[in-house]
Amino acid sequence: MPAVSKGDGMRGLAVFISDIRNCKSKEAEIKRINKELANIRSKFKGDKALDGYSKKKYVCKLLFIFLLGHDIDFGHMEAVNLLSSNKYTEKQIGYLFISVLVNSNSDLIRLINNAIKNDLSSRNPTFMNLALHCIANVGSREMAEAFAAEVPRILVAGDTMDSVKQSAALCLLRLYRTSPDLVPMGEWTARVVHLLNDQHLGVVTAATSLIITLAQKNPDDFKTSVSLAVARLSRIVTSASTDLQDYTYYFVAAPWLSVKLLRLLQCYPPPEDAAIRGRLTECLETILNKAQEPPKSKKVQHSNAKNAVLFEAISLIIHHDSEPTLLVRACNQLGQFLQHRETNLRYLALESMCTLASSEFSHEAVKTHIETVINALKTERDVSVRQRAVDLLYAMCDRSNAKQIVAEMLSYLETADYSIREEIVLKVAILAEKYAVDYTWYVDTILNLIRIAGDYVSEEVWYRVIQIVINRDDVQGYAAKTVFEALQAPACHENLVKVGGYILGEFGNLIAGDPRSSPLIQFDLLHSKFHLCSVPTRALLLSAYIKFINLFPEVKGTIQEVLRSDSQLRNADVELQQRAVEYLRLSCIASTDILATVLEEMPPFPERESSILAKLKRKKGSGTVSDIEENRKERNTNVNGGVNHSSANTNAKVTSSSSTDLLGLGSNTAINSTPPPGPSTAASLLVDVFSETSPTGPLGAPSAPVSDDNFSRFVCKNNGVLYENQLLQIGLKSEFRQNLGRMYVFYGNKTSTQFLNFSASVVCQDALRAQLNVHAKPADPTIDGGAQLQQILNIECVSDFVEAPVLNIQFRYGGTLQNIAVKLPVTLNKFFQPTEMTSQDFFQRWKQLSAPQQEVQKIFKAKHSMDTEVTKAKIIGFGVALLDGVDPNPSNFVGAGVIHTKTTQVGCLLRLEPNTQAQMYRLTLRTSRDSVSQRLCDLLSDQF
Amino acid sequence: MQFMLLFSRQGKLRLQKWYVPLSDKEKKKITRELVQMVLARKPKMCSFLEWRDLKIVYKRYASLYFCCAIEDQDNELITLEIIHRYVELLDKYFGSVCELDIIFNFEKAYFILDEFLLGGEAQETSKKNVLKAIEQADLLQENLDFQIRLFPGVLNPSMSAESSGLFQS
Repeated sequence: MPAVSKGDGMRGLAVFISDIRNCKSKEAEIKRINKELANIRSKFKGDKALDGYSKKKYVCKLLFIFLLGHDIDFGHMEAVNLLSSNKYTEKQIGYLFISVLVNSNSDLIRLINNAIKNDLSSRNPTFMNLALHCIANVGSREMAEAFAAEVPRILVAGDTMDSVKQSAALCLLRLYRTSPDLVPMGEWTARVVHLLNDQHLGVVTAATSLIITLAQKNPDDFKTSVSLAVARLSRIVTSASTDLQDYTYYFVAAPWLSVKLLRLLQCYPPPEDAAIRGRLTECLETILNKAQEPPKSKKVQHSNAKNAVLFEAISLIIHHDSEPTLLVRACNQLGQFLQHRETNLRYLALESMCTLASSEFSHEAVKTHIETVINALKTERDVSVRQRAVDLLYAMCDRSNAKQIVAEMLSYLETADYSIREEIVLKVAILAEKYAVDYTWYVDTILNLIRIAGDYVSEEVWYRVIQIVINRDDVQGYAAKTVFEALQAPACHENLVKVGGYILGEFGNLIAGDPRSSPLIQFDLLHSKFHLCSVPTRALLLSAYIKFINLFPEVKGTIQEVLRSDSQLRNADVELQQRAVEYLRLSCIASTDILATVLEEMPPFPERESSILAKLKRKKGSGTVSDIEENRKERNTNVNGGVNHSSANTNAKVTSSSSTDLLGLGSNTAINSTPPPGPSTAASLLVDVFSETSPTGPLGAPSAPVSDDNFSRFVCKNNGVLYENQLLQIGLKSEFRQNLGRMYVFYGNKTSTQFLNFSASVVCQDALRAQLNVHAKPADPTIDGGAQLQQILNIECVSDFVEAPVLNIQFRYGGTLQNIAVKLPVTLNKFFQPTEMTSQDFFQRWKQLSAPQQEVQKIFKAKHSMDTEVTKAKIIGFGVALLDGVDPNPSNFVGAGVIHTKTTQVGCLLRLEPNTQAQMYRLTLRTSRDSVSQRLCDLLSDQF
Repeated sequence: MQFMLLFSRQGKLRLQKWYVPLSDKEKKKITRELVQMVLARKPKMCSFLEWRDLKIVYKRYASLYFCCAIEDQDNELITLEIIHRYVELLDKYFGSVCELDIIFNFEKAYFILDEFLLGGEAQETSKKNVLKAIEQADLLQENLDFQIRLFPGVLNPSMSAESSGLFQS
């Protein structure tokens, strides 16, 4: 094939590459490279102007050196010069260099953008393509700012060549991905959708990717793409394999385009129009039918392309989740693949079946494959396939097969790869809890987990078994007996000692009647492990001992003896020493009654989301498992009563840390050496948490005006007391990430009387309803006197907003109905992500945002003392990055950040200029959106 | 697709294409990690791997590994065929391509890739159209130095793995 001889052999480059390859050592290579770099540098600096060819050759050498992994700090200017060459290959090398070695030097960027601009307007399709490729490859914000308006014009212009349209479509896609806020939607969007009808399949292929991404963010604007995509897909799947000429790949018609069209359809629910829907169903059936036909070629490319389309079609069927026959057919097809000789297909079938298991139509069909999946777990040689099998077993598990699946997972755990053990442990723990019919099985399973894979049993798992045992009377005796037996093993895992210590400390009395597990024997057994354990476990055991003193007066002497020993009272570890001293004193001075009160059995834990589930989700990211849980939840709510409801509650995006989750069960806190807070102390505890005092509001009147007394305090911080009157205190803790937020609202009953019919809901009025989603989990209907109730709000910012949601609270106190309405401090700035940037970048962007409506300025009098540190803290609390050394005047403050909403991101720059003499400030906000500038300015100017 | 890497059995990186913005440091770290992970895989194992929150799709052609990172919803099998189509394009352009062609004409390998994939998505899947674009470009250029492609010395280590055609194994 002579094609290459038409290419541009650069002899010097070939010699250089060959030299590098001949280097015997790393040192020799570096030496050769340094020699070359010196040579190139001198050529570039030399008096003699270099011709285009030489420049190209040297730039290409630099590129090669960079790609070898060495740093390159020069040559950018020469590469930029090449961009304006008339010779195609010189221009091409220039663009390649720029694409690979992007440099943020703003002068260069200006030059590069100029060159691109020239090429875009050259009307030479080859040059235009080069320029578009470069924009797509670099994809920086600067490029988006320069070209986001121009590229859509090229894309939809009537006289644009097909190949340029293709590049423009994907170039725009890249810009939209990096800077969605800079790509203006407009008249072009409707015309882009019609590219799905284009004659040129290459144009359709490129445009479909663009449309998918745009439709994901703006589904309503691209709704019309559904019917066009169905029509196009239908034509492809019914075409004879030769119809599409070069777009047929190993006898499969346009597989890439088919996959993309099926992806696009997954952005939408099933089409409402019956005709379109029917046509789509036909397409999907045809694809499923083709899977049963004999292959047209033995080549793996043929089956891969065909199955790629098939798997995408199955994804669409699962996404629609509305056609039982298609779902069951999909399941059967995947069932065939489970036993296919191609490892790839087995892997994908397991993966895809995982999502099918969550559909109510196909859950049963998936379950029929359980034996095959278990077999895969035992026989697959590739760990990544076995991993998929574990996932699928987890997804298909329900009450009918839980015992079998848990048993299989446990037995697999003994030989499982270390890399996936922890995940299997979590999954077993969750399934055992969720589907436990009798809790003795649950306790056995968890103890087995600890025995088999103790090192991989995280704290969440053993915390959870303790919570469950404490909350369920019927299993406490069994648990005590079982841990007692398990602890007899000569070598047992430390996690077992922890569980055993805790459970015997609470419930050892339930088995003390048996002479084989008398109090003294129990104590001796626990204490025999003491010296082998780490400090946190020893601390836990000491707490178990003091509990023993309360449960079993007859061993008091023995235990006091132990506590009194030097190794305890003078232990080098402060925590252990303190426990020993305090417990010893307590046991000596407290009367039996006091001891019984202080060391009372733990009260039941409040039901809440299982921290194990939260951990698994953290491990898996937003992957399949949580989705399955989510879906499954809808079908299985409360199958298992209270405990299940706690584990099924999976909306959490952010989970509280395990230590708060477990009410101080954490190994470094004395377990219950301090009594659980009694009713009288809870309210004061609440006040302690939010130490800042707040004005006490009036008693809530029946129809309450909306209180916003403390609203502005929360603009620059997230925690504190939001509201307080004589009855009720409302505290807030919140966290925000990107466009999502979570707020913990704490309602403290300050009285000694129970609040009845308590309800708290959040209302977004008028425009806010479309801009902000606030989901409040239902709160308990009663709050005991002195107690505190927590409610979680999940918040999503859809687009920028001004108003604040209102929290409406209602409850009955001593016969009268109380109504309280409080403005909830969810403000636009909460969705800031700080952005660091250099002075140069800052002012460049500042200049770019110079349109009059983009800037809002306010001059105002200082309300507080003008302290620099306080101001800094407020600006950081506001959410932007505080940029030091950017403003030439050091007393000014400059910040930058990006507001994240679901639909868009808005970059934002701010500058605050204090004038201490006049006690005035001038605040300037610049963003790309006038409403955002205005709102942020209003919010922040109120803070000083 | 987030990125594509080509590397040899010895772990030498031959081509890297990134479709998401990452620092050079991060790129090097990812490359090291993936090269090690993929080279450790045995021949009959499946071509897909979970890695961080991405999916890795890889395939070996003679001495070269082609390795793509795709997102969760992306289609693994079609990605395998993206790799294959790219190899076909290289093969057609260079005439039974081998690793050496890619080493000595790395810029061409990048140009062909840009015609085929842009922004991480398939731009033009027709082999004819992609090659037509590249050849047109070749024709555009001056005839200054086309007589020399690779001087003889270079192709001499002929029996090494790098010079065996990617399609031969």
